[in-house]
Amino acid sequence: MGGFTRLCERGGMKRRFGLILAVLLAAALRGEVPSAIAIQGAHVVAVHGPELAHGTVLIRNGLIEAVGENVPVPGDAWVINGAGLTVYPGFIDALGTWGIPAPAPPAPGRAAGAGGTPPATAQPEPRVRGPEDRPQTYAYERAADLVSPSDSRLEAARAAGFTTSATFPNRGIIEGLGALVDLAGERGRDMVVAQPIGEQIIFRVGGGGFGRSFPASLMGNIAYVRQLYLDEANYREARQIYAKNPAGNRRPEYDHALEGLSEAPRILLPAQESQQIDRILRFGRELKVPFVVYGAHEGYRSIDELKQANVPVLVSLKWPEKPKNADPADIPNERDLEMRERAPEVPGLLAKSGIAFGFYSDGIESAPDLKKALKKAVDAGLTRPDAIKALTWNTAEIYGAADRLGSIEKGKIANLTVTRGEAFDDKSTVEYVIIDGKLFEPSKELQKPAPPTGPQGKPAEGEVN
Amino acid sequence: MRRAFLILWAAAGSLFGQALLVRNTTVLTVTKGTITNGDVLVENGRIAAVGKNLSAPSGAQIVDGTGKFLMPGIIDCHSHTAIEGGVNEGTVSDSSMVNIRDVINPTDINIYRGLAGGLTVSNVLHGSANAIGGQTIVIKLRWGKTAEEMLFEGAKPGIKFALGENPKRQGYPSSFFSQGPAERRYPGTRMGVEQVIRDSFIEARNYQADWKEYRDRVARGEHPIPPRKDLRLEPLVEVLEGKRYVHAHCYRSDEILMLLRVADEMGFKIRTLQHVLEGYKVADEIARHGAGASTFSDWWSYKIEAYDATPYNAAIMTRKGVVVSLNSDSDELQRHLNLEAAKTMRYGGLSEDEALAMVTINPAKQLGIDDKVGSIEVGKSGDLVLFDRHPLDNYSKVLKTWIDGHEYFDRDKDLSERTEFARKKKELMDKEKAAAKEVTP
Repeated sequence: MGGFTRLCERGGMKRRFGLILAVLLAAALRGEVPSAIAIQGAHVVAVHGPELAHGTVLIRNGLIEAVGENVPVPGDAWVINGAGLTVYPGFIDALGTWGIPAPAPPAPGRAAGAGGTPPATAQPEPRVRGPEDRPQTYAYERAADLVSPSDSRLEAARAAGFTTSATFPNRGIIEGLGALVDLAGERGRDMVVAQPIGEQIIFRVGGGGFGRSFPASLMGNIAYVRQLYLDEANYREARQIYAKNPAGNRRPEYDHALEGLSEAPRILLPAQESQQIDRILRFGRELKVPFVVYGAHEGYRSIDELKQANVPVLVSLKWPEKPKNADPADIPNERDLEMRERAPEVPGLLAKSGIAFGFYSDGIESAPDLKKALKKAVDAGLTRPDAIKALTWNTAEIYGAADRLGSIEKGKIANLTVTRGEAFDDKSTVEYVIIDGKLFEPSKELQKPAPPTGPQGKPAEGEVN
Repeated sequence: MRRAFLILWAAAGSLFGQALLVRNTTVLTVTKGTITNGDVLVENGRIAAVGKNLSAPSGAQIVDGTGKFLMPGIIDCHSHTAIEGGVNEGTVSDSSMVNIRDVINPTDINIYRGLAGGLTVSNVLHGSANAIGGQTIVIKLRWGKTAEEMLFEGAKPGIKFALGENPKRQGYPSSFFSQGPAERRYPGTRMGVEQVIRDSFIEARNYQADWKEYRDRVARGEHPIPPRKDLRLEPLVEVLEGKRYVHAHCYRSDEILMLLRVADEMGFKIRTLQHVLEGYKVADEIARHGAGASTFSDWWSYKIEAYDATPYNAAIMTRKGVVVSLNSDSDELQRHLNLEAAKTMRYGGLSEDEALAMVTINPAKQLGIDDKVGSIEVGKSGDLVLFDRHPLDNYSKVLKTWIDGHEYFDRDKDLSERTEFARKKKELMDKEKAAAKEVTP
């Protein structure tokens, strides 16, 4: 409805719609969305299926009804003239938090104590005694229950051409069960496409343990995750045995953290540098759970190993950069310099080796920044078809959802990204995104790069760590 | 298990380079005296012959050692090199569930710098923040290989213990280390440290018994629920079963005796006492227990419990029959452990071989790998270091370091490559600068 109104405000658009405008207006006055949309005569990059120079994509009831060169357009369809437009499957963020609104800022009382010394009355956190206390574990939380269209970041994500996100609750070491969510809907539950799609694991390292709770080191994080999976296997076995022989056995204690782990079809494990990739491949195999590696900025050193492991990779779009406000006297380490130079080559190398990979936004939220980051990978050797495939089909397939997302094929969910000009070109714009068959026209304002004048945004205030 | 062995075996095979013959050099075998104008031949990664006028198989690397000194690769019994993401899991009093093996970083430049000092083997330990620390691992410094390829094949894994100030700090009310968001950690006293160790081993024995009972019941045809596999107690059971070494950080003699008593009471052995600055006071007791001592040459007074020390410590314990090694505990010190060894001649009058043994065969004995490394003998690994002068000479420099007969450090090569490294680095920095200019008009 919103997209429709905005369309009507534009004179040029009216002419393009020509004869059917009256029908559309009538529909709008009745408060209805058009039952069908046809994008006619556009460049259609189906990803899975033939690429069409002048194709038509017809969508109805939130699904792709037909795609081809000679698709008849039914009378009730709202027609978009596709001249100069390219239609892609909707882009999918392979890992992130889009859809989960940011938590409310901390209450002023708490921020006041952030100056270093806690207020005298502050109670220390109870100390974690070990893995049995399940520290920083939210395995049972569901992104599907947390997503909401009220997340203010969704508009920018759509303006970058993203229609879908593999969203995980971002807290703790075991993050909770992720969901594939569409980046629009009336209510949170409308957004959920598939869930649970996995558990994300983040290693929370720092402080050497002084004054902190278990686990604080990398080895502590690894040992903790290892123990959890041993416990999970034991829990499953114990419940089976108990179900058969309850008499004479103590009942296994209910553990919702382990229930969450049992439910996850795969886990996401972090690895940025080459030795981390090596380590995490071994660890993933040891856990005997299907897994995906995310990060991969030094993947150019690990291509053979990744190929041999046959494990999907999610590449972070937050390319390593020279630290802001770096001391000019600091001489950077050669390896870091190399990583800053070569990280964007990783997607191209993965594609050449036939390793399944997707991209994830990793905290990049503005449309021009997302576009710039993707462009960097293309400039560093990733072909455009491979870039599109990574953003669509590959990511859908990694999460086991290629039967409903990731390509423009009959019967799939109508998630489309429509650009004027080819995606990744400097001058291209995202004209429309279609999510679950609903048309959005992202604002061009959101797609403009921020002017390079001075620091943007307000300085951080009262940060609590 | 069999598959893992095969992989390890295959990996080990690929680590051996060509054959190596070091000719006409002073061979410091450490255990079999010194051979002047001697040759050492390494084939398939192992020392094949030690003597004079040996002939090299075709394709061998031949090194003229005239006027130079060849010694076994240096072994460091206390290292924290190449650990990624924290040396301590100090949040709990007993962190035996964590394992250094999980976090070896084979790309840590300190490995290469160690090689430049003739170091070939390191006992990589968890820190000393808690009474029972993490599991430890012995590595060979095979620079350029993966973490798993660096593991010393057949070396028994260990576990770190710590006594005294470090493990009790976080429980002490006014300590810097006890500040943070979490509650203070038990223990806050030395007697608390003792109790942590005792408690954990009582738990480990119960755990062992639970598993035994489970297996017995299964054998009787019952359907019991298996006990939970506990990563914290498993390594302690291994200690009780003699499958894992205990490396215990300690300073004061009273605590050393306490630990030996607890070990006797619980039925396990202390393999090495680490630092052990007051070991000279209780050397007889240490020797009787059979523990090794891995100490510093002349480093003390950096905290209260480290004051009552003497540089004669290593020599005194040696004369009392303790197997003594000198360790680095430091990425810097590990680069010149040969000079640390030399100090035992100045303080305590040890012989040259006894001094060299402090950083070769003795740490090898402490780590249970003296059948494989620690001296130049036929059948041992081709872990060798070529010095330009006698390694106990202050002015000596390492020229080459080999592990399994494979050259991992060459001083001339290093020096000649520096220009190219600098050029590459400058190129990357210039590129980055240019890119930054493009963005900001």
